[in-house]
Amino acid sequence: MPVVDTHAEPRGASAAQDTFPKFLALNATRFADRPAMRHKDLGIWRTWTWRDVAVAVRAFALGLGELGLKRGDRVAIVGRNRPKLYWSMAAIQAWGGIPVPVYSDSVADEMAYVLEHAGASMAVVEDQEQVDKILSVSDRLPHLTHLIYDEPRGLRDYDHSRLHAFEDVQAMGRKAGEDAAKAAALEAAIAEGKGADLAIILYTSGTTGRPKGVMLSNDNVIISARNGGLFDHLTETEETIAYLPLAWVGDNIFSYAQSYVLGFCVNCPESAETTMEDRREIGMSYAFAPPRVYETLLTQTMVRMEDAGPLKKRMFHHFLGVARQWGEKILNKEPVPLTARLQYALGEVLVYGPLKNRFGFTNIRVGYTAGEAIGPEIFRFFRSLGINLKQLYGQTEASVYITAQPDGEIYADTVGKPNIDVEVKIDDNGEVLYRSPGVFVGYYKDPEKTAETKTPDGWVRSGDAGFFDPKTGHLKIIDRAKDVGKLRSGALFAPKYIENKLKFYPNIKEAVAFGQDHDFVTCFLNIDLTAVGSWAERNTVSYSSYQELAGHPEVLKMITAHVDAVNRSLADEPMMAGSQIRRFLILHKELDADDGELTRTQKVRRGFIADRYGPLVAALYDGSPRGRIRTEVTFEDGRKGVIEGDVEIIDMPVHQATGTAFREAAE
Amino acid sequence: MRAPSPTDIAAGEVILAVENVSLGFGGVKALTDVSFDIRKGEVRAIIGPNGAGKTSMLNCINGFYHPTEGRITFKGKTRPKMRPHEAAAGGIARTFQNVALFKGMSTLDNIMAGRTLKMKRGFFWHVLRYGPAMDEEIAHRRSVEEIIDFLEIQHIRKVPVGKLPYGLQKRVELGRALAMEPDVLLLDEPMAGMNLEEKEDMCRFILDVSNQYGTTIALIEHDMGVVMDLSDRVVVLEYGRKIADGTPDEVKRDQRVIDAYLGVGH
Repeated sequence: MPVVDTHAEPRGASAAQDTFPKFLALNATRFADRPAMRHKDLGIWRTWTWRDVAVAVRAFALGLGELGLKRGDRVAIVGRNRPKLYWSMAAIQAWGGIPVPVYSDSVADEMAYVLEHAGASMAVVEDQEQVDKILSVSDRLPHLTHLIYDEPRGLRDYDHSRLHAFEDVQAMGRKAGEDAAKAAALEAAIAEGKGADLAIILYTSGTTGRPKGVMLSNDNVIISARNGGLFDHLTETEETIAYLPLAWVGDNIFSYAQSYVLGFCVNCPESAETTMEDRREIGMSYAFAPPRVYETLLTQTMVRMEDAGPLKKRMFHHFLGVARQWGEKILNKEPVPLTARLQYALGEVLVYGPLKNRFGFTNIRVGYTAGEAIGPEIFRFFRSLGINLKQLYGQTEASVYITAQPDGEIYADTVGKPNIDVEVKIDDNGEVLYRSPGVFVGYYKDPEKTAETKTPDGWVRSGDAGFFDPKTGHLKIIDRAKDVGKLRSGALFAPKYIENKLKFYPNIKEAVAFGQDHDFVTCFLNIDLTAVGSWAERNTVSYSSYQELAGHPEVLKMITAHVDAVNRSLADEPMMAGSQIRRFLILHKELDADDGELTRTQKVRRGFIADRYGPLVAALYDGSPRGRIRTEVTFEDGRKGVIEGDVEIIDMPVHQATGTAFREAAE
Repeated sequence: MRAPSPTDIAAGEVILAVENVSLGFGGVKALTDVSFDIRKGEVRAIIGPNGAGKTSMLNCINGFYHPTEGRITFKGKTRPKMRPHEAAAGGIARTFQNVALFKGMSTLDNIMAGRTLKMKRGFFWHVLRYGPAMDEEIAHRRSVEEIIDFLEIQHIRKVPVGKLPYGLQKRVELGRALAMEPDVLLLDEPMAGMNLEEKEDMCRFILDVSNQYGTTIALIEHDMGVVMDLSDRVVVLEYGRKIADGTPDEVKRDQRVIDAYLGVGH
């Protein structure tokens, strides 16, 4: 059990700055006139300085005090990334309350579970949609006393006895602030806050079962945020875009904690649909996104280029070739011949620069991908353009940071070295364990699960299987520890590894591989409606629905070719040759989080899918040429309907293993 | 949830009254002796089978057609021959059954076009883009941005409307009509050709317009479910004649309406 320790000396949070309200007060003096937050509203970017934010937060906090918020109360926050929701976090923390962000696209039942479990006494929500959702389950939420909303539209005629507009609460607070005793009470509450107090409870989407509430203390979050900043030399001049769910630990660290600790500016997009455009206007310097976001950018680019004129197309592909060959070497500061440098410089002017501008990556210094493995081709594409995209391995239970790739040590298939103050070790069964100042306090109201995950001496079981690469010293993650299985033949079966290979093709959006305790590997696929739809348009294939396009013979042929290519590449890897895909089918509907098939962070829930589509899995293994199934679907408004599907099953030839003979790995 | 309750509307002030209106094209009688009123703040639906004269009625109201008989009183004034631009200046805005936007212009410019009547400075001032004209432009842009925000079309602000899907074009058209800040908004089949989700969105926007701006809305619609949910009162036309008038519930139970929609056994 090798323990990998890091270089740096432990950095504790200083006693003066151990909570977010204290950091806010500090920033309001040290960075008083620097921008803290921007929001695009009515087509214009509005900016708030740290001083403005401190004033807004104070008014809201005093208002919450008037509504009766007490130390230790949990307050739900539901909505997209809007300044007022971020401010409410600091305002709640000022009284020693605990914000509980909730995924805003959860259906009412999921939301009710979290609010009920957390025993939230108030909720700060974005708009009418969220108010309606919470009111519809209010009989399950006896503790909920007040509901505060940001966007008043459509709410004018609601009963306002327990419902308040954000501005009204602020006005209430400003009035209360005139009373010296009330103002002093708030100051006293802020001073009373300690690093060991809970800062936030984050409900993890969980690939199995009900979400768990991860409790993080101020120390957890603040020290992790600071160490993350030190690792990448971040300063108060960074610009980031806040567009990921508030309930995701990444957003809480990157868009809230680090902004407070380091003093940089967070930009809130105008709406979810305008994020691309807003990113371009801001030109962020520090970015983080799950691989899906990068995948989408790449797919959209490739699709658009298909529609470009022949000259542009040739230029694009030529310089992309140059970038592929030299881009990463230039970024890693390796020696590169002068002619290549000149070619690359020309490409920068003609292709890479404009492309990066489109992506909003012109000023990017550090970009992270985290949450899941990224396709190597996608990763290299962005790096070859000169974007310093790196991989990070994190968990909610670690306040994000476990490992990350230091600048200049970038590999497509590793997740980097332990972050500052983080210890990582590999268990005998291959599971990754870590210990750090960011390690969570426990699961809320669930000491049993806490004990399962966290050892008495502070090590946390990540649930991921991995190993340290002897060549680079970097950690490599294979899969979820419980997901790495074996075929009946005893050959290794790592479903996610196979799925990622499949998903690397733009035409394939989602893949679910099966094989545990079976003779061979099979899989379900989802086509990507953007990519395949664009292909259909170019080839005048008409279709009226996903189902129809997915069943089109030409589409099947195209996807079969992709699966065959994946099989060939699996055949090249001695350990994986046995898990070539023998049979597959294209699902008749897209996998959807509303149906419980994906988590809210868009990861596939393999077990759930295997149950739900049982007849199809059976058909894959019993040799039948077609599979039939009826499935229930949930629409966005919560109603249910039934989709019926009759899908073709494709048999694949097996490639001869070409690699060297199978050797047992050293460990 | 809606701003004025039904009882308010029942007692409400009449903003537009149609009295004994008939309209003929040569020998064809499109409308015969139709009378009804529209009260301030309500959502008033005009329904009827194909060819019942619904669009003709709307065209009479906004001055596109001139009734051969009868009169239309708007805000207490009766104008026998009102032209469309007079109607617009008077506070009547409308959308069309087939979207009528400037296809090559962006969403923003299309909605901005709806502000034309509100612009006070002349062409030359605006060409200069200076001083009072600039201030005016900024003020109008602000109202337009509020509408864009209201209709949740920020992401297509700069996209030429010709490139947009039909449902969004309909929304832009509603935006342009709203930009006029009308007293009465006439919607000609606002949900025609939309899928269920687009229809639900549009319903929500219509209710929000009524709720937030207090605009009086008269709409023609085929989707009975939509009509019954949205409207405060419904007028039913058949072959150019009014056959029923009342709340959705009253109209639904009216035997003549049932016959007109489901046919009568012969």
